[in-house]
Amino acid sequence: MPDLVKLTIDGHEVEAPAGTLVINAARQAGIEVPAFCYYDGLTLQAACRMCVVEVEKAPKLLTACTLPVAPGMVVRTETPQVAAARKGMLEFLLTNHPLDCPVCDKGGECELQDMVFRYGAGESRYLEEKIHEEEKQWSPVVYFDMPRCILCFRCVRICDEGMGVKALGVVNRGAHSEIAPNMGDHLECDECGMCIDICPVGALTSGAYRYQTRPWEMQYVGTTCTHCGDGCKTTLSVRNGKVIRGNNRDRSGINGEFLCIKGRYGFDFLHHADRLTTPLVRRNGELAPATWKDAISAVAFRLKDAHDKSERIGILGSTRTTNEENFYLQRFARERLGTHHIDHHRSGDVAALLEAVAGRPQALARTADVYTAGAVLVVGVDLSQQHPMLAFQARANVRHHNARVYVVNPEPTREEDRAVEVVRGRGVEGVAQIREKLAGEANLVVLFGDHVQGDDVRRLVEMLPATARYVALVDYANSRGALDLGLAPDLLPGYVPDPEPGMGRDEMLAAAGRGELEVLWVVGANPLEDGSEERAFPNTFLVVQELFLTETARQADVVFPAAASYEKTGSFTNTCGELQRLKKGPNTSGPKSDLEILGLIARQMGFELAPPLPEAVFEEIRRAVPGYQIDYAAFLTGGAAMTTPPTAPLAGRGRAATIRSSRDSLFQSGTLGRYCGALHAVREKDHVEVRV
Amino acid sequence: MTFSPDLEARFENLAKRYPAGYLRAALVPMLLYAQDEVGAVTDEVVAEIARRLKITPLQVNEVVSYYSMLRREPAGRHHIQVCTNISCLLRGGRHLWEHAQTRLGVGHKQRSADGQFSLEEVECIGACSWAPAVQVNYDFHHDMNAEKFDALVEKLKGDGK
Amino acid sequence: MYNEPHPLEVRVLTRRFGLPNSRSIDTYLTHEGYQAIHKALTQMTPEQVIEEVKSSGLRGRGGAGFPAGLKWSFVPRDSPKPKYIVVNADESEPGTCKDRLLIENDPHQLIEGVLIAARAVDAHAGYIYVRGEYRYLIDILDRAIEEAYARGYLGDNILGTGYKFHLYTHTGAGAYECGEESALLESLEGKRGIPRIRPPFPAVVGAFKCPTVLNNVETYCAAPWILLKGGHAYADLGTPKNGGTRLFCLSGHVNQPGVYELPMGFPLRRMIEEVGGGVPNGKKVKAVIPGGSSCPLLTADQIDVPMDFDSLQKIGSMLGSGGVVVMDEDTCMVQVALRIMRFYAHESCGWCIPCREGTTWLRQLLLRFHSGGGVATDIDLIGDLAQNMLGKTFCPLGDAAAMPTISIVKKFRQEFEDHLNGKPCPYEGRL
Repeated sequence: MPDLVKLTIDGHEVEAPAGTLVINAARQAGIEVPAFCYYDGLTLQAACRMCVVEVEKAPKLLTACTLPVAPGMVVRTETPQVAAARKGMLEFLLTNHPLDCPVCDKGGECELQDMVFRYGAGESRYLEEKIHEEEKQWSPVVYFDMPRCILCFRCVRICDEGMGVKALGVVNRGAHSEIAPNMGDHLECDECGMCIDICPVGALTSGAYRYQTRPWEMQYVGTTCTHCGDGCKTTLSVRNGKVIRGNNRDRSGINGEFLCIKGRYGFDFLHHADRLTTPLVRRNGELAPATWKDAISAVAFRLKDAHDKSERIGILGSTRTTNEENFYLQRFARERLGTHHIDHHRSGDVAALLEAVAGRPQALARTADVYTAGAVLVVGVDLSQQHPMLAFQARANVRHHNARVYVVNPEPTREEDRAVEVVRGRGVEGVAQIREKLAGEANLVVLFGDHVQGDDVRRLVEMLPATARYVALVDYANSRGALDLGLAPDLLPGYVPDPEPGMGRDEMLAAAGRGELEVLWVVGANPLEDGSEERAFPNTFLVVQELFLTETARQADVVFPAAASYEKTGSFTNTCGELQRLKKGPNTSGPKSDLEILGLIARQMGFELAPPLPEAVFEEIRRAVPGYQIDYAAFLTGGAAMTTPPTAPLAGRGRAATIRSSRDSLFQSGTLGRYCGALHAVREKDHVEVRV
Repeated sequence: MTFSPDLEARFENLAKRYPAGYLRAALVPMLLYAQDEVGAVTDEVVAEIARRLKITPLQVNEVVSYYSMLRREPAGRHHIQVCTNISCLLRGGRHLWEHAQTRLGVGHKQRSADGQFSLEEVECIGACSWAPAVQVNYDFHHDMNAEKFDALVEKLKGDGK
Repeated sequence: MYNEPHPLEVRVLTRRFGLPNSRSIDTYLTHEGYQAIHKALTQMTPEQVIEEVKSSGLRGRGGAGFPAGLKWSFVPRDSPKPKYIVVNADESEPGTCKDRLLIENDPHQLIEGVLIAARAVDAHAGYIYVRGEYRYLIDILDRAIEEAYARGYLGDNILGTGYKFHLYTHTGAGAYECGEESALLESLEGKRGIPRIRPPFPAVVGAFKCPTVLNNVETYCAAPWILLKGGHAYADLGTPKNGGTRLFCLSGHVNQPGVYELPMGFPLRRMIEEVGGGVPNGKKVKAVIPGGSSCPLLTADQIDVPMDFDSLQKIGSMLGSGGVVVMDEDTCMVQVALRIMRFYAHESCGWCIPCREGTTWLRQLLLRFHSGGGVATDIDLIGDLAQNMLGKTFCPLGDAAAMPTISIVKKFRQEFEDHLNGKPCPYEGRL
């Protein structure tokens, strides 16, 4: 802990650790010093000169963003001299900045607008001609309006330092200076939109959002991203039942301000024309719209019929349904239908990890640890593509704390740019090559993908220092929650071994293929994704709850239109085991939440289950599921509450026959990704191989 | 892209001058020397130098567009630079500049149709005490006036024909 | 040599100018060449070298006038990092053309000066950053460096003392801003010439993140003489705290413009009237830029001033880079302000708001004003905008643009009034 320095800011005695910049010391004291170019976590620029302050004994104004605190320093942040200087800066900025605020996307949430309001630089003495240049489209999602740009260089830095992409730069000199994309007239990049988000003015605007609305016409709903397993918080901007924007401008949530293309733009599937809105029931070989009543009755009838032969009911859960839905589904299956054939698609070996670190719950890393650990080992995953938020945190750790990154992967990945050691190898064998170097890492976080599974997880843990902490990476928003909550044939919620294990996913699908299952109930999954078979399960009654008519849904006997996670209340557990809240963004008309659908079927069958309300089920989870006795306050206030799954021998349970990551790129997101217009648009442009 | 053996030797020599890890220190000299040979910093030059220095073409472009002597379009065989900054201005630099445009029939940063001449009004070239001054490519011409300018142009026309 | 020497000159740095083959190492060696570095390496400690330079009162000749010895003493002695010597030969300040001559006529003097600085701070490599327009100087320097290597004044065992020093030239490519020391270092590292946030200063974190001595050509060139004849002898040439001589670049409206080496504190009036031979055609002096276009201008009644750092500061201007630009009574001061602002707008790196936007706005405003489009409020606006830049920019370029502008508006306000309301420039055709 560095020494504390005492200084005075605007008459207040302030204490700050040595090395703290005055701008931050002031902020800690509740004094906001304005700045455009200064940005937490990015390199210093001292370019905008807005943060100038008066410092006693200094001959001229100093920039608070580059000035470290000093003992006895006396700082004044709002004197007439300071205000005049800032007003002067704003007047300079407005010379070429078009005053098209009424039609600018940023109007209402523009930092320049706010600053002009604050310092009263509304009148211009500028009589010369303004520079005009047509705006440019740099990518399907990024537009650039050069005259609006105030050259704070935030976008350039976030792209380089934050994303490691370096797709933006500054060309020309003086008043001709401008931000330029890496391909001359367009961008080839992650399309994360961080540059747009961080832009204080309307210079960079989003192709998904521009010219659609005014910010004050929308409602803002902070929820958890529906795509990958990292669990970013995304704030949906909703107007008239439509999501118009996703961002995380308030920087709350484990992702800070980070969002990738999926979290930022991957919401448009909600309003896709192909979205299912009514139940479908197969009649005379064809799927036809039906009433909810008829569809529910049909399913309840078949389930009841099969009930006596419960070993012939199989259930496939989802990696994107909520914890509440998963918990309810497995209770329905085990307690009411009497089947233990329940599973989901596994992408990482969480169970093996829990077993390998038996008795050491502290060996499970959280997201924040990726940012603070002394070293990060990445094994068998293209982190920037598959877990972009964790990759962002690791980069920030290198930048801010000089963390050492080790990479073990057969193919090159972006993480190598910052790595101290790179092994072009696979899994545990690859790690073994740098075992000795890793032995010295006392504060190591290990992120491993599906290259390390089964016994290899134990070998990995044995190979690395006892202090190492781990994350078993899984693909989707609630892949982890699916396993935690018992969507497994041999594990009950909370990793309690099921005394009567059922069939796993592969076995169920095979059994259904052989006609040995009476009913296969698929809740939010697409097991037939790759299959082209006409009727994969000819003698099985197939029930599917889905957003779209997927390959699997197309073969179903009954299809229920399901709500997306953005349309639900509930919770997700991310790849690190952090529990986060889902808040309902837009209302749905037509689709129902999976929980509601399950409830309707249960009621129709006369089953007494807990009320199918997210809050009620969540209470039950907190009571009943080991590891889910979380910090309730953190959870409720939109934070991430770490779960504490039991780390204990599982007697070989939880070992799925197949653990396979989909290896989605940044522009893919399983079945859902196919219905995301933004992902499509950038994919087509960049010729990234599409796995459909 | 290939460069002349002389230029390659120059690049090789440059690469040895800077400490390890600072490969891109050679960037500005490489760009200027490449321009001297190729005539301009073309897209090919950008790509080639980016490759050699292990930086992105955008990083090269950021630098190219910053320095006023580096150009993406070729200049004339004789690139005539007329200084009009303060010391030259006081001694007729402004008139010389106007004369030069009339004489050559081209304006600022323009090239004559035959590619022989290009013209540029430049900032101080460090010949203030011998003003007004003109630089043709890298050669200085001091104490200029309209007559001397015309004679210079005639001489250049005769050169290397 | 582009102008005749003047009898009033005190030729210290230029004493070999005009000798046959003055730039060859043989000429240099027969005229005290490389004796100073020999002394520094064999008879002096690094501390003694720094003390000698401190006692000379040598102040930076690039413009800021920072004491050279003091600057050298800031290099951390115990740093495990390599140290570098960087020569600022990016001479670009309008009105300044002296470093060019020092290199052109006597390149070995510079090399020896660099070696002395290296000895003072224990540096073993150096770079001479030469503005791109001075290509011929790179050729001259490369040849001189080659000669010095051949004769053992550069390399791994200098003069058999085991001292190692390697020296390289490095070309810029057209950017005034790269004369600012931290921007120069950025450029040296292959980047855009954007200044760095300081502190840390180059003495601590300079070239390639290592401690670096960075001085102007003329500053290094003074070092050999100082070591040979003693710091006090050098100091005695000038005025108190303003040691030595200086190369003044006399330009503009004088009969004999040229670069003249004169003692510090030489009166400006005599410089114009005697050394420069007075104003042509018997005209009167209207204004003088005393040290390059960044300096506040002097009026005719301010020219009885000794040309040293402190005296000029006292009357609200600066000695700057030694570029003395004389303007006669027929000079349009609005046009002068415009031309100066055009320069700074062209050269602004674009990094900070006040410089980028301020210089451009003022350039446009002055252009409109000079061509008859001025309105009465413009005059105060010009001053206001320059004031809004002054002291608030990221590097001194903004001040350099603001200071002459403020002084012109203040001292020649009437000329601005005379341009108002569509009146044609009263001086049109007279320049």
